[in-house]
Amino acid sequence: MNPFELHALKQRIKDIAFRVIAILGLLFALCVLILLLVNVAADGLGRINLQFLTSFPSRHADKAGIVAGLAGSFFMVIITAAIAVPVGIGAAIYLEEYGRKNWIGRFIEINIANLAGVPSIVYGLLGLGLFVRWMSLDRSILAGSLTMSLLIMPVIIISTREALRAVPNGIREASFAVGATRWQTIWHHLLPISFPSILTGIILAISRAIGETAPLITIGALTYVTFLPKNLDSAFTILPIQIYNWVSRPQQEFHENAAAGIIMLLVFTLLLNSIAIILRNRFSR
Amino acid sequence: MYKVETRDVNLFYGNTHALKNVTMGILEYQVVAMIGPSGCGKSTYLRLFNRMNDMIDGVRIEGEVLLSGKDIYNGGTRVEEIRKKVGMVFQKPNPFPKTIFENVAYGLRINGISNKKFIEETVERSLKQAALWDEVKDELKKSALALSGGQQQRLCIARALAVEPSVILMDEPASALDPISSAKIEELIWELKKKYTIIIVTHNMQQAARVSDKTAFFYLGELIEFNDTKELFMNPKHERTQNYITGRFG
Repeated sequence: MNPFELHALKQRIKDIAFRVIAILGLLFALCVLILLLVNVAADGLGRINLQFLTSFPSRHADKAGIVAGLAGSFFMVIITAAIAVPVGIGAAIYLEEYGRKNWIGRFIEINIANLAGVPSIVYGLLGLGLFVRWMSLDRSILAGSLTMSLLIMPVIIISTREALRAVPNGIREASFAVGATRWQTIWHHLLPISFPSILTGIILAISRAIGETAPLITIGALTYVTFLPKNLDSAFTILPIQIYNWVSRPQQEFHENAAAGIIMLLVFTLLLNSIAIILRNRFSR
Repeated sequence: MYKVETRDVNLFYGNTHALKNVTMGILEYQVVAMIGPSGCGKSTYLRLFNRMNDMIDGVRIEGEVLLSGKDIYNGGTRVEEIRKKVGMVFQKPNPFPKTIFENVAYGLRINGISNKKFIEETVERSLKQAALWDEVKDELKKSALALSGGQQQRLCIARALAVEPSVILMDEPASALDPISSAKIEELIWELKKKYTIIIVTHNMQQAARVSDKTAFFYLGELIEFNDTKELFMNPKHERTQNYITGRFG
């Protein structure tokens, strides 16, 4: 075997080895996920029925339900998105299309990237100080949603900037060259072209908002709520808090409730995500 | 009076002195070619006339740039108005990801024109002027991205023509195209010069010689020589020009 053939053989072995490692990695992740789903389904599937979906929490496990958490999560996500999406996209448009790329811009960029990595409990403390106490919003669903929007805004800003940056510069030049203003260029070309990627960022951000628990526990979302949120001032709970509450009880029956709650949380997340994905696919072709 | 003119223009990118005291005047209905090695400032110079350099951070411009005798860098001039009078075609065809019709109609729509008949007529006229009408008249609703590179470039020319500019800037419009498409663009320039003043940047000296009335040779940000095309190629006054056009450098 000459040196060239030897080299080629080595490279081929490396190629195969890497492929095997990659497949093993994928299988591991999939197995864990399936194990989790099967485990949760085995515990909780039997508990899901109309009574469970429409009942408020109770000290009797078989009479307890998740309607308060489901409604709380739903309204919180809607309000959070209504606040974070416009502000986040607006901030990204400013930074990417209007703002100058000088040291201030870079400083802001680094800080936003850091904000995206700040532990959620810190946002909870900020929300407690700013919204609950200083703005006297109390433990309302509005205070919770505002806190949550701060948490997901960096994710939306970063992904929107990436999406705008991916639009070829030729499009901007073409639009300016026929006399379009910056806003016309953004509104007619940049946003429509980058919309699918922006939506992907929003999906990720909203999924995160649905699953986060810590910041809302910090600002004092309740665990025992026997009413649906009526307005922005209402006290509220969310699914993850309800689940957490049931898991921490000693009785086996409540653990089954928790498993059923987890299933509903997954369904809820998948439902919201699939709406976003359908929208994205509609607009990307 | 010159159609477009620069007087003692200096342009800086940060600390780089990209254009040095460029004074030049171009008459109406002339085709002027800009030649010179890469980085000599010819594209930057071209972009003075529709203020495309404004988009770049850290650009500083001194001197006067006149369009029909009016300084376009004067505080009172709206940059969008200038760009409607001075159209531009870029090196890489850059159609919008919309239909062929909407690409050409876009310039009209942003001007607030909504008269359907007028828009349709203008789109047809512009596509005819850009020698594209016969190829696309039955598929105006198709995406512009489905066209070939050469067709896309002519669509971009039609898009520029639709807003009825008086000057057209072309930044190496044929360099990304095959020889046949490239020849079509050159024929088009011949046709367009009856109604428009055209400034074209090109790396192809044969092309400059074929399409232009006058040629400007740039080197390191300076305008070295500006003369009738024939004269400049047959009888260059400066050694640098001679070296460049005979292929000894650049």
